[in-house]
Amino acid sequence: MITLNHYLAVGGLLFCIGLFGALAKRNAIAVLMGIELMLNAVNINLVAFNHFLAPDQVTGQIFAIFVIVVAAAEVAVGLALVLNIYRRRLDSNIDDLDWLKW
Amino acid sequence: MLDVSALLFWLLAAITIAAALAVVLLKNIVHSALYLVLTFAGVAGIYILLQAEFLAAVQLLIYAGAVAILIVFAVMLTRRGDIKASNLYNFNYLAAGVVSLALLVIIILGNGRMAWTAAPAPAPASNVAAIANAFLGRYAIPFEVAAVLLLVAMVGAILLARGGKPER
Amino acid sequence: MINHAWLIPVFPALAFPIIIFLTRRVRPLSALVGIAAIGASFVMAVGVLREVLLNGVTMAHPVEYASTWLGIPGLLKIEAGVLIDPLAAVMLLVVTLVALLVEIYSVGYMHGDPGFSTFFGYLSLFSASMLGLVLANNYFMIFFFWELVGLCSYLLIGFYYHKQSAARAGLKAFVTNRVADFGFMLGFFFLFAIFGTFNFRELAAAIPSYQNTGFLALAAALVFIGPIGKSAQFPLHVWLPDAMEGPTPVSALIHAATMVAAGVYLLARAFVLFASLPGIMLLVAYVGGFTALFAATIAITQRDIKRILAYSTISQLGYMVMAMGIGSMTAGMFHLMTHAFFKALLFLGAGSVIHALEEQDIFRMGGLYKDMKVTVSTFVIAALALAGVPPLAGFWSKDEILAGAFDHGFTGLYIIGTLVAFLTAFYMFRLIFVAFFGDRRAGLHAHESPLTMTVPLVILAVLSVVSGFVGAPFVSHGFSSFVYYGEPHHIEPNYGVMLLSTIVALAGIGLAWLLYGRPSDVPARLAERYRSIYKLLVNKYYIDEVYLWLFHRVGLGLAEAFNWHDRHVVDGVFDGVGDVTRLSGHKLRLLQTGNLQTYALVIFTAVVIIALWMAAPVLGGVIQ
Repeated sequence: MITLNHYLAVGGLLFCIGLFGALAKRNAIAVLMGIELMLNAVNINLVAFNHFLAPDQVTGQIFAIFVIVVAAAEVAVGLALVLNIYRRRLDSNIDDLDWLKW
Repeated sequence: MLDVSALLFWLLAAITIAAALAVVLLKNIVHSALYLVLTFAGVAGIYILLQAEFLAAVQLLIYAGAVAILIVFAVMLTRRGDIKASNLYNFNYLAAGVVSLALLVIIILGNGRMAWTAAPAPAPASNVAAIANAFLGRYAIPFEVAAVLLLVAMVGAILLARGGKPER
Repeated sequence: MINHAWLIPVFPALAFPIIIFLTRRVRPLSALVGIAAIGASFVMAVGVLREVLLNGVTMAHPVEYASTWLGIPGLLKIEAGVLIDPLAAVMLLVVTLVALLVEIYSVGYMHGDPGFSTFFGYLSLFSASMLGLVLANNYFMIFFFWELVGLCSYLLIGFYYHKQSAARAGLKAFVTNRVADFGFMLGFFFLFAIFGTFNFRELAAAIPSYQNTGFLALAAALVFIGPIGKSAQFPLHVWLPDAMEGPTPVSALIHAATMVAAGVYLLARAFVLFASLPGIMLLVAYVGGFTALFAATIAITQRDIKRILAYSTISQLGYMVMAMGIGSMTAGMFHLMTHAFFKALLFLGAGSVIHALEEQDIFRMGGLYKDMKVTVSTFVIAALALAGVPPLAGFWSKDEILAGAFDHGFTGLYIIGTLVAFLTAFYMFRLIFVAFFGDRRAGLHAHESPLTMTVPLVILAVLSVVSGFVGAPFVSHGFSSFVYYGEPHHIEPNYGVMLLSTIVALAGIGLAWLLYGRPSDVPARLAERYRSIYKLLVNKYYIDEVYLWLFHRVGLGLAEAFNWHDRHVVDGVFDGVGDVTRLSGHKLRLLQTGNLQTYALVIFTAVVIIALWMAAPVLGGVIQ
C-alpha cells in the first residue's frame, strides 16, 4: 500500500537533490535546474497532501499551479539574467560572481 | 503481492529520482538538461497517480515543454569551451553535499515518524471542472495577479535578454 | 536701607554692561556712569553703616536674608544671600569709598588713554564683585565673587595687553591665584562634606561642637590657602609685585586697598573655623609674620616706586594675617581699614608722579616737592601713617596688632612686628628722600596733576590722619566694640608698646635721612660691603627663579612623564582597541565572499540547524 509518506519521501529526496545542485554547481543554468527540481519536489508534496488529506478539494493543486506559474516566470527572468551576465563576462559560471561583496 | 498502482509508483519514483541525480551529477550540461526533462515527465506521472490529471498536463506542457526548451536554448546561447565539462562543481560542493544530506536525513526520519490519517472520502474521478471553478471563482484575483506576473516576467526577460548598451 | 543692601553691588554690576555695550564711544559718559554707580553704592554703604550703628546690629546679631539659588532638597542648598554685620558694613564703606575716589582719580589719570571706557567698565565690574564678596552669606557665594575679583584683577593687570610684560603679569597673577583658589575651594567643599551647608552662620553654630579636629584642621588649612594667594602671603606672594604692570589706579584699588584685603576679610568671615584650631591659628600668625618681615626686607632695596609700594603692601597684609593668627580679628580688620586709606593714597600719589614724569625709578626722580606740592605733601602724610608715627591712622592700627601680639604672649611675633615697623619707616622715607627731596634730576619736567587727581589725594590724606581715631585705645565704644569675634574686648592702652613703636618708626626715618637725606656714597658702600645680602634682596630672594626652576625641572619633567604615559599607555590602549577592531573587521569581512551560493549554503546550514531543533520532538527517539 502506497501511503502519503512514500510520496513525501520522494518529494524530500527530490528537494535535497535539487538543493545539492543549486548549491554545488558552477554553471548558472545548472543552478536554475536545481531550483526547478526543488520546486517540483514542493509540488509533489502539495499534490500528495491534497490527494490524501482533502481529496474533495483542489486547493493543493491550485497551489501547485501557482508554483508552476511563478517558476516559469522565474526561469524566464533567470535565464535572461544568465544571458546578460554571459554577454558581459563571456561566462555563465557564477562562482567568481562576487558582486555582492562589500 | 504488488498491485499495479504500487508498481507504477515505485517505477515512476525510481525514474524521477534517478533522472534528478543525473541532472546534478552529470558533467555535460546538455545531458543534464535532457535528464531534467525526464525528471519533469516522471513528476507528471506521479501527478497522474495522485489523480491530478490536469496538473500532469500542465507539468508536461510548461516544464517538460517550455521550461526545458528555454533551458536548452540558454545552454546553447552561453556555450563556451568544452561542452563535456560544462557542468562542473564549484569550490564548496563538499559542504553543499553535507548540508543536503543532513537535510535529507532529517526529512526522511521525520517523515518516517509522521502518521497521517487519510481522509475517508474517495477522490472524485476528475477534478478539472473543480479546478476551473476555483480559478475563476474563489482564486480569481490570484489568478489575475499571476497573469500580470507572467506579463511582467515576459517583458523583463525580453529586456534583460536583449541587453542594453554595456555599462562600461 | 539695610534691607536693600543687596542693591549695593547691583549698581556697579549694571554699570559694567552699560559702559561696555552702550557708552563706550562716549568717554565722559562712561566715566560718569561708572562714578555715578559707585557713588550710589557709597551712599547706600554709608546708610547701611549708619543703620548698623543705630539699630544695634552687632556681630552676634547680624542681619541676614537669602533666597535659594540652587537647591536639591535634603542634599544641597546654595543660597544667594546677604549677611550684614559690622564687619561687612565697615568693609562696604571702605570698598565703596576707595573705589569712588579711585574712579574719580582715574578720570584724570586715564585721560587720553584709548581704553578709557573699558577701564571704567572693568573697574565697575570689579567693584560689583568685591561688594558681592563682602555681602556674601555663604562660602559658595564668596567663592563665586572671589573668582570674579580674580578675573577683574587679571583683566586690569593686563590692561595694557599689547605690552608683553603686562600680559605675562596678568597671566602670572591668574595662575598663582588659581593654585590658591583651588585650595580654598577644596577647603569649603570639605566643610560642606562635614556639615552639609555653605552658610557662614550655620557653620558658625555647628563648628564649635564638632569633635574631629583633625579633619577640621585640614579644611581650615585648605581654606587658608585662599588668603595666601589672594592676600599675597609667602610663598604665593610672587604675583603682586608683577601686578604693578596694570594702570596705577588699579594698583591702588585692587592690589593695595581692596582685593588683596579680601583674603584677610575671608579669614575674618571664617574666623570661627580658625579660632577653634590653635595649631592652624599659629600657622596663620607665623605665615603672616614671616611675610611681613620677608617683604619689608625686599622693599628696602627696590628702585621702582610701585614695586616698593607693592612689597610694602605684602608686608602690611602680613601684619593683618598675623593679627588674625594671634586671635585679634579686631586689630586685623582695623589695620585693613586704615591701610586701605593710606595705601590707596600712596599708590595714587605714586600714580600722580608717574603721570607727571613717565618714570618709575625713584633714583631718576628728585626734588619733586617743588613742583608737586599737593602730591608730595599727601604722600608724606600717607608714608607717616604707614610708618606708624602718632597720631596718624597707621600708628593706632599697627599698635593694636603689636599690643595684641605682646598681650597674647607671642613675643617672637611682637619682635618681628616691631622690626618690620622699623624697616617700613626706613624704606618709605628712603623713597621719599630719594624721589621727592634732594636735587632735581636733569631732563625731568614735573607738574602738578589736575584737580580730579589731587582732590581724591587730599580726601584720602584726611582719612589717613583721622581714621585711626575710631579704634584708638582711649576711645570708648570704638572699633573694638564694633568689629570683634566672640566678646568685645577693649585693649588697654599699652604705653610701653606705643612708645617703643614710635621710637622705632622715628629711628627708621632717621636712618633713612642719614643714608639718603643728603647725597652720599654710604648706601653704595654698604651695598658693596654686604654684596651677597644685597643681591639676595634685590633679586627678591630668588623666589621667582626658584619657581621657574621648579617649573622647568619638576613641572616640565612631570609633564614629560605624563605625556609619555598619555602617548604610550593611554593612546596605546585606545589605539589597540581600534587596531583590534580594524584587524578583526579586516579578517571577518573575508566571510562576506559576495558569492550567492556561499550565502545560500549558509542559509541552508541554518535551515538544517533550525529543522533539527524543531524536529527534535519527532526525532527524539532517533537522536537519543
